[in-house]
Amino acid sequence: MNIVVCIKQVPDTNEVKLDPKTGTLIREGVPSIINPDDKSGLEAALKLKDQLGAHVTVLSMGPPQADAALREALAMGADEAILLSDRAFGGADTWATSSTLAAALRKIKYDLIITGRQAIDGDTAQVGPQIAEHLGLPQVSYVEDLSVEGASIIVKRIFEDGYHKIKVKLPCLITALKEMSIPRYMTVGLVYDAYREKEVKIWTLRDIEDTVDKSNIGLKGSPTKVKASFTKGAKTAGKVHNVDAREAAKIIVEKLLEKYIIS
Amino acid sequence: MDFLAKEHIMLQKMYREFTENEVKPLAHELDEQERFPVETVGKLAKYGFLGIPFPKEYGGQGGDSLGYTMAVEELSKACATTGVVLSAHVSLCAAPIYEYGTEEQKQKYLVPLAKGEKLGAFGLTEPNAGTDAAGQQTTAELDGDYYILNGSKIFITNAGYADIYIVMAITDKSKGTKGISAFIVEKYFPGFGIGKKEAKMGIRGSSTCELIFENCKVPKENLLGKEGKGFTVAMKTLDGGRIGIAAQALGIAQGAINETVTYVKERRQFGRPIAKFQNTQFQLADMQTKVDAARLLVYRAARLKDSKQPYTVAAAQAKLFAAEVAMEVTTKAVQLHGGYGYTREYPVERMMRDAKITEIYEGTSEVQKMVIAANILK
Amino acid sequence: MSIANYRGVWVFAEQRGGEIQKVSLELLGKGKELAEQLGENLTAVILGNGIKDRAKELIYYGADKVIVVDNELLDIYTTEPYTKVLAEIINERKPEIVLIGATSIGRDLAPRVSARVATGLTADCTSLKIDEETRNLLMTRPAFGGNIMATIICPNHRPQMSTVRPGVMQKLARDESRTLDIEEYPVQLTPADINVEILEVVKETKQKINIEDASILVSGGRGVGKPENFKLLEELAHKLGGLVSASRAAVDAGWIEHNRQVGQTGKTVRPDLYLACGISGAIQHVAGMEESECIIAVNTNPDAPIFEVADLGIVGDVTKVIPALIEELRILKASNK
Repeated sequence: MNIVVCIKQVPDTNEVKLDPKTGTLIREGVPSIINPDDKSGLEAALKLKDQLGAHVTVLSMGPPQADAALREALAMGADEAILLSDRAFGGADTWATSSTLAAALRKIKYDLIITGRQAIDGDTAQVGPQIAEHLGLPQVSYVEDLSVEGASIIVKRIFEDGYHKIKVKLPCLITALKEMSIPRYMTVGLVYDAYREKEVKIWTLRDIEDTVDKSNIGLKGSPTKVKASFTKGAKTAGKVHNVDAREAAKIIVEKLLEKYIIS
Repeated sequence: MDFLAKEHIMLQKMYREFTENEVKPLAHELDEQERFPVETVGKLAKYGFLGIPFPKEYGGQGGDSLGYTMAVEELSKACATTGVVLSAHVSLCAAPIYEYGTEEQKQKYLVPLAKGEKLGAFGLTEPNAGTDAAGQQTTAELDGDYYILNGSKIFITNAGYADIYIVMAITDKSKGTKGISAFIVEKYFPGFGIGKKEAKMGIRGSSTCELIFENCKVPKENLLGKEGKGFTVAMKTLDGGRIGIAAQALGIAQGAINETVTYVKERRQFGRPIAKFQNTQFQLADMQTKVDAARLLVYRAARLKDSKQPYTVAAAQAKLFAAEVAMEVTTKAVQLHGGYGYTREYPVERMMRDAKITEIYEGTSEVQKMVIAANILK
Repeated sequence: MSIANYRGVWVFAEQRGGEIQKVSLELLGKGKELAEQLGENLTAVILGNGIKDRAKELIYYGADKVIVVDNELLDIYTTEPYTKVLAEIINERKPEIVLIGATSIGRDLAPRVSARVATGLTADCTSLKIDEETRNLLMTRPAFGGNIMATIICPNHRPQMSTVRPGVMQKLARDESRTLDIEEYPVQLTPADINVEILEVVKETKQKINIEDASILVSGGRGVGKPENFKLLEELAHKLGGLVSASRAAVDAGWIEHNRQVGQTGKTVRPDLYLACGISGAIQHVAGMEESECIIAVNTNPDAPIFEVADLGIVGDVTKVIPALIEELRILKASNK
């Protein structure tokens, strides 16, 4: 069984702080991590490797620094790593990203593709389903549990109000929730191997040019554009009200509505 | 540190994740209950900690001393107990078998130690032979296929939980230090027993006990190195061990700084976080600078060992300096925490207690100075 | 693609078991506003099995027209048949804007559809506006864990698609006097279009028990006064879908178990809402909760340090404010129905 796990290197948004004076993001010194949903998906793949001897390939698109995320995946136990890295891929929205990843996947053997449900920097949850569409594969997203049964997989697909148990024939694509598995740590020896014995293959546009339409990649191939971005501003101590209980309750409810905590 | 190779930076990340999730949550409890971290040892084994610097053919991880040193440092940032469990196992038990063992001994003992299936310990110190290690009284007499050991060892780290012990005993009284030999002793050898457990000031989760030998039968093939070479084995082993303890001290010190940084940003007095006060800033600047200097010494010693260069003096300097820095920095950390720092609600008081032992065991600071001075004046 | 051929605003009306999801009604409210600005119609598209009679509700909530696709193969949501139908209608009718609720269904369907019709998609928007000059849809969404907001456009592709976060847009008042314009759209679906097999459908609302996982925490301190008053906090937490946590003072007093304790010797939490009730805000406590998205504090002492980290502070007695709040939430819920 061949499994490809698509991972993204993201800034640890838990560590992202706002500059209290300017209200802008402080990105300096923010550590990069494997996106948590992706890492959970990787763990699920590695469990299948432990159980069934599956061959696990990790695939990422990103700048050269994303090498570290792929080495980390190797140090957790992945067999192979491929980094799609080319200036031509830069500035991609989810359409262009999924087009590029799909182009690479057409060159890799797979029975199962796993992506994370969504990345913590973009929060779109779009790349997985879009890859599936480009490759014409069945998809199940929001997966919390996975097992293999013959030439199919059985997954637990989570909804807001319950779940479905779904059987899908391979090949297919699933998007993993963080809750699907607790990722293992790297192993010391595999860390050394990841740097001393294994390689991260770098694929540029040239390596996938026969499987991708160049008008669908990078900034130029992105239907959506960022027109503006802004921060919500610095957090300051909130207002303190000294009012009677009913009035206080109304003020709290207003705040809860404003923060979308209730509706 | 900028000069670290990428694999060391990745190892650091792995150690930190492991420590944060598996070690830190237990640190307070292990100290309070004086409980040995049995569950952590299993996890250390699973992820390869127990065999970092040994070749894969002996069950190790194919790593190096620097990678191992960093592991002790990172674990000790949260829990010095866990740090010393690892250090005693790798530096004092597995390492001498790797260095001096026969192929059979390596297969039989190093492989399970490096894989983490067995835990190791080391016995040199006796009630009357501390810094003066040559004053050994434990004896080993050859009787047919066995050496018969009699005597006792004290302050033995991992005792009771370890399966394999490296033990020094006198095979020829007339030859002084040249009459001392090293043995590999398994915990179930007849006549071997664990004595009194020490109640300690710090590293209270680690096990520190007496070893008792009463006509203990050790197969003669368990002699480690040649007869009469035990003192050399012990001294060389301690050279390596000192890098481990230096790393432990370094970890404790950095851990105390990290706790203090969090605290001074939160703690408000006179209407602002105490981090805004110049005293806090200057103290922290001193603390971090000293710790970074200690780190350079510790990593240098590990690097020398990795490149097969003499490292005895470098290890002594690293341990001397890192231990003293650890004591100073943890004391200041408690001071910066004020009254709260003196309570057990914050970890810095534990770190201060833990730091003290690094100035004492595996050669006191005074012993390190003897080693360093002898080298200067030679 | 000639983008001028694409006209009108569409809302995908999500139903589960015949029940139209609230977010879809909210989208009709927003869609109406956008359509009016563009001088176009608002169309709702609803897919399902035996849902024809639900269509008029969509008109009552603002749709000018409803396209109904009623087919037994659309009974329970699965990706492919829904994608096939929606993509087919979009390709045929060419809407300018398609809005879909950012639910676990919408966020599965929308990317698949957008890829099939080869257009852009913006996820999880919290604000939608029309750029009067270009007629482009300005889609604003949070990113970086909510630390940053970005406004996205899709200038050269149509339709402009967006998923929208539930609870953000306002639905219109139900109006039964509106003119019904309902079209049944025939589709050809065969069992072969269903490429997954649903083995089991389970309804459940997850009960989280770990305070570190809770997105809403109602936390009690010494100011709660006595253990019985924690029942009030329980009731409020239940209403908000959260859990009760506590400060060390409340745990030490034996009012609540230790695994609920937030702070230095307890747990570090980071919920969307932390409602601190009668908690003074000692440094050990604040260390465990200051990263919460929104902090609301209720305390009788106007100088309590908790107010320094709170987004909103109420000087008052927990035992009075909390019951009033529970009552206020009840009124709000009743008016929503």
